[in-house]
Amino acid sequence: MNKILIANRGEIARRIIRTCNRLGIETVAIHSEADGDLPYVSEATEAVLIGPNPVVQSYLQVDKIIEAAKAHGAEAIHPGYGLLSENAEFARKVKRAGLIFIGPSADIMEKMGDKIESRRTMIQAGVPVVPGTEQGAASLEAALAEAEAIGYPVMLKASAGGGGIGMVRCDDEQALSQQFASVKNRAKAYFGDDVVFLEKFVPNARHIEVQIFGDQHGNIVHLFERNCSVQRRNQKVIEESPSPHLPQEARVRLCEAALKAGQAVGYTNAGTVEFIVDENNDFYFLEMNTRLQVEHPVTEQVTGFDLVEWQINVAKGEKLPPQDSIQSTGHAIEYRIYAEDPKTFFPSPGTLQAIEWGEGARIESGYEQGNSITPFYDPMISKVIITGSDRAEALRKSQNFFNHATIVGVKTNISLFKEFIESQEFASGEYATSVLPTWLEKTKEEQGL
Amino acid sequence: MKELKASMAGTVLNVLVAEGEAVSAGQAVVTIESMKMEIPIEAEISGTVEKIHVEVGGFVNEEETLITLGE
Repeated sequence: MNKILIANRGEIARRIIRTCNRLGIETVAIHSEADGDLPYVSEATEAVLIGPNPVVQSYLQVDKIIEAAKAHGAEAIHPGYGLLSENAEFARKVKRAGLIFIGPSADIMEKMGDKIESRRTMIQAGVPVVPGTEQGAASLEAALAEAEAIGYPVMLKASAGGGGIGMVRCDDEQALSQQFASVKNRAKAYFGDDVVFLEKFVPNARHIEVQIFGDQHGNIVHLFERNCSVQRRNQKVIEESPSPHLPQEARVRLCEAALKAGQAVGYTNAGTVEFIVDENNDFYFLEMNTRLQVEHPVTEQVTGFDLVEWQINVAKGEKLPPQDSIQSTGHAIEYRIYAEDPKTFFPSPGTLQAIEWGEGARIESGYEQGNSITPFYDPMISKVIITGSDRAEALRKSQNFFNHATIVGVKTNISLFKEFIESQEFASGEYATSVLPTWLEKTKEEQGL
Repeated sequence: MKELKASMAGTVLNVLVAEGEAVSAGQAVVTIESMKMEIPIEAEISGTVEKIHVEVGGFVNEEETLITLGE
């Protein structure tokens, strides 16, 4: 493989370019009008203006992207995360065009992208799933009857959803009646499919996921877990590995279940099996993400492997290393720096007038000083990954890092990290998915007194 | 007369009212999508919707007028 087109933008495009450079592979970047000045565009071997700013006119232009790949002599396309990364139709068209899609097969993506179908597959494979509906809830009446059987509170979710979009918690009949139509509409608007289903809401749950990898020779390995329970608006903010307060015995069971999930669909390339883990360390399959995750550096830091390199090797047909050669040492934590108000979480577009980072971190940034954060794309500016010999050391280094970090020009959540990582809630490691909103509420009340 | 402006640049996701409709202060009248987030824009005062200046799917810049409200 001599040349790869990266069908993405920002930090992940840059991240992929870095590995390609090291491996001596040329890269083709695509960009919208607004993104022309971003570092990834100049760092790629070649760059193509793919269209105007809205993603539907640029980064989601399937045919244009494939044409660009062919015109520039790329042999493969790396989709990154988000955008077209889990679009089965895109993967199929890439293959039909005689190019390699760096990711799993279109059939697997289709199966796992449909949440109802993926639940069914996991039940058949013997992987525990959250109690919920077997079919989509066709009407409000059907949903109410199903919810009655499952027991409130329930989560109402879009079957085609993902990334925390298109789901809402309903505590009772009234809430479900109010939310049903709007979740359906949102599912239709965002994912083009209005099928919704219900899952039991698991209280005090942690969100823990397992990184898996499959090759074209039938081998599937895991690269341990990541705890992604620090979230806002159902989206991840901090991820860490290993997961604190997860007994070794539970970790082993979790990783085995993830392998079983991967084997059930004959998985290839990088994938993540997401679970929710309750207070008794019982866990349930939530969904499978058929791509490289935003938080993959956490796994790279504790295992020492380059997952983008693995993706390329697997796509070339190479074999994965055996499971017993994959070890996890030390502790890594990733913080997502967002251009947003740290209290309301409303986005804050603008120009990055100054960026100053602390020391001792791996920084994955889509932007440099002088670049603009535009309203067209997601608010993530950078990822800060901090590694220590254990969690205590990683936390100490994190505090030191954030005490010296500033961004001028847009509002960011740096100030939130500064305070939150010193909180008892986070420092103890005993936290569930509600930790961040609960802590914020508590801090607000204390400040109000 | 009161001009209701966009608090940030983004795409108009929803217009939740119609011209001639009465709205109350605090009521969400438009939803803007910016950086993959839905931001409700609320009427600052109670009144009647005189004119809607935007269309669903259109792009608005910060401070652009979305809706004109009459007393």
